[in-house]
Amino acid sequence: MSTPAVTVIHFPGSLDHEAAARVMDEITGPGNGATIVSHRAAALPEGTAAVVLPGGFSYGDHLRCGAIASRAPIMDAVREFAERGGPVLGICNGFQILCESGLLPGVLRPNDTQAFICRQATLEIVDDSTPWTSGRSSGETLSVPIKHHDGAWQGDTAACRVVFRYRDGNPNGSQDAIAGIANHAGNVMGLMPHPEMACEELLGSADGRVVMGGLLPGSAVAA
Amino acid sequence: MTRVVVTVMPRAEILDPQGQTVVRALHTMGFDDVTDVRIGKQIVLDLSGADPEAEARQMCERLLVNRLVEDYEIEVQG
Repeated sequence: MSTPAVTVIHFPGSLDHEAAARVMDEITGPGNGATIVSHRAAALPEGTAAVVLPGGFSYGDHLRCGAIASRAPIMDAVREFAERGGPVLGICNGFQILCESGLLPGVLRPNDTQAFICRQATLEIVDDSTPWTSGRSSGETLSVPIKHHDGAWQGDTAACRVVFRYRDGNPNGSQDAIAGIANHAGNVMGLMPHPEMACEELLGSADGRVVMGGLLPGSAVAA
Repeated sequence: MTRVVVTVMPRAEILDPQGQTVVRALHTMGFDDVTDVRIGKQIVLDLSGADPEAEARQMCERLLVNRLVEDYEIEVQG
């Protein structure tokens, strides 16, 4: 019987839940790695070892990006899971949801360019002591794509750990070129770039596995 | 039924890229006197409860407004 190791939450308007689930399936063995769960669920599936809040445009970005999703029924269970120390990864819209839910500090503001950005970005590891860098060292870089309109993080850096920063230019005007942060405990991680879209050399980079590996520490994720 | 109008604005110290874009457009059109534009939103609530203002305030604090970057005002129109 398969155990749902990684639970990917699907909100109305999520886009990248299948990509995240597929990557985790591939890492842990086909059909055995990830379960996609509706935002309406009241609880996480039994055996959930990690949670992904995927990219997309939940609720059409109405009101504020991530605002409505952050109040969905499943989020109480996600909050409880995070408070128990469970790994939670928010990618793009998932990062916005984590900030709106208060699990991470700060807010994602519209890009200073007022434009949607879609391109490969170079990320510098700022803090290598969280599970989300899979043994890589501070100063090393990862090549991961970004695709967002509201990605300029702004907030209190004393209230979190800065894990990733954009190298070679700040694409969206975020504070200190910050691309991703974790809570002090390190188990809750949010970033605007899409590691799940950079897990195959065929797609230009497999560096995303370094980040996705934080979901299942000890697995052979990081290539 | 009571109509409550909530006005949400980006906080004064927060950069408003949308407003800045509109400033530049207005300057391009010849409206040289414009020194600043800030863009917010208005949320119109029709409430049937006993204390619509208190209820609207709770809605603002819990969902409608992100107090990190936004301020709001509530107007009860009756």
